[in-house]
Amino acid sequence: MTDIFTLTGRSLRHISRSPDTIITTCVTPVMFMLLFVYVLGGAIQTGSASYVNYLLPGILLITVASGIAYTAFRLFMDMQNGIFERFQSMPIARSSVLWAHVLTSLVANMISLVVVVLVALLMGFRSSAGLASWLAVAGILILFTLALTWLAVIPGLTAKTIDGASAFSYPLIFLPFISSAFVPTDSMPGPVRAFAENQPVTSIANALRNLFTEQPVGDDIWIALAWCVGILVVTYFFAMSTYRRKIS
Amino acid sequence: MSQAIQVRGLEKSYKDLKVLKGVDFEVAPGSIFALLGSNGAGKTTVVKILSTLLRADAGSAGVNGFDVARQPADVRNSISLTGQFAAVDEILTGRENLVLVARLRHLKDAGTIADDLLARFSLTDAGGRKVATYSGGMRRRLDIAMSLIGSPPIIFLDEPTTGLDPQARIEVWAAVRELAAQGTTVLLTTQYLDEAEQLADRIAILHEGKIIVTGTLAELKQLLPPAKVEYVEKQPTLEDVFLTLVGTKDQK
Repeated sequence: MTDIFTLTGRSLRHISRSPDTIITTCVTPVMFMLLFVYVLGGAIQTGSASYVNYLLPGILLITVASGIAYTAFRLFMDMQNGIFERFQSMPIARSSVLWAHVLTSLVANMISLVVVVLVALLMGFRSSAGLASWLAVAGILILFTLALTWLAVIPGLTAKTIDGASAFSYPLIFLPFISSAFVPTDSMPGPVRAFAENQPVTSIANALRNLFTEQPVGDDIWIALAWCVGILVVTYFFAMSTYRRKIS
Repeated sequence: MSQAIQVRGLEKSYKDLKVLKGVDFEVAPGSIFALLGSNGAGKTTVVKILSTLLRADAGSAGVNGFDVARQPADVRNSISLTGQFAAVDEILTGRENLVLVARLRHLKDAGTIADDLLARFSLTDAGGRKVATYSGGMRRRLDIAMSLIGSPPIIFLDEPTTGLDPQARIEVWAAVRELAAQGTTVLLTTQYLDEAEQLADRIAILHEGKIIVTGTLAELKQLLPPAKVEYVEKQPTLEDVFLTLVGTKDQK
């Protein structure tokens, strides 16, 4: 365990030495937020009083989706470097290296999420959520980050090039657009609507939105949790078996 | 087992390519052993198997009395690996690299250990700088310094001087000699004949997946017909000229 923290400290130091990774992670979602609130938002009918209130949950998910690309990137760079073999030939648990990257991803994404929420507050985001709801929001976002982080570990381990290591995140960033994250799904044509309503982003975004507005969360939160845990379990086992094959 | 490293009938294939076809050798404790071979001879594969990064297809290998396949954790406790590419973290400073390894080895006073090693490898002034700004020789010295932390009895150096300029090579050689002087067993691989000649107590030549000959430098020389006395004009080599002009102190 101490080894994991030592190694996590190392990767966090990497991030603090290249703050651009945090900035880039935040810039894309913030740009989307500005674009949608101040350019397109006026024409979007969401039924909620303030569009930024409607939009924020989806933006938070995009933040995580772009943040985990750096996890794949950092893992890939470590694998290329001799330092990985040094760690593997030292008397430490071999999975520590992987866990350190996962914890680093969690910390880095939480920082980005806080930054994005602060920008949203400046843009007029207001929430009536109490402490319990905020904790639930944090819990869902942590689960979502972990699920996508383990997903990111797979290309980080298997990619042949640096571009390949982070390319997988583009579809993930795009996924919120075909969901309830930006506009309610009611206006979409049949097949698109069917896809949008049954993909994970919609239920997660709805659950977060209901938590922010202290609405009853209904089934959405359970569907959201099921998606997060399901993705987490599947990607964790895939990532671990890939890792084991890689190091033996 | 009295030998520091004992290798018997080691075989390894990558898909259809048979890299090791039965490698045998032994390394006595406290000696410097050079595995000499051209590129692709399988030197790195041997080192990776001995440092538990790869599994052999057949044969056995013992390191510090532990079997690499059955007791990998004990093996990892007995060794340090300095891989073919400097195994240092470029984004951290030299000192942070040393502290990191000391922490991972659960040593007390990681900071003191780091400062001592920086001094020993003449890196004190550079200790606070990012490794990305280091020269190739400094990087290798830091790399070797990292391998010394925790004083493992056996150290693997995989092509420690490949890609270094002549001065940096001499610095690395000095570091290796210092290791052996303290009783550490060193297994180094190299494609440079003069490196093996300079450093090694015993030399093994790995060729096409097999050790074709093992012995001391003197023994290897005896394999050739006895030396004839010839008179030749002694010309300085380009290396002598280079080193004289740039004024390196430590020659041999």
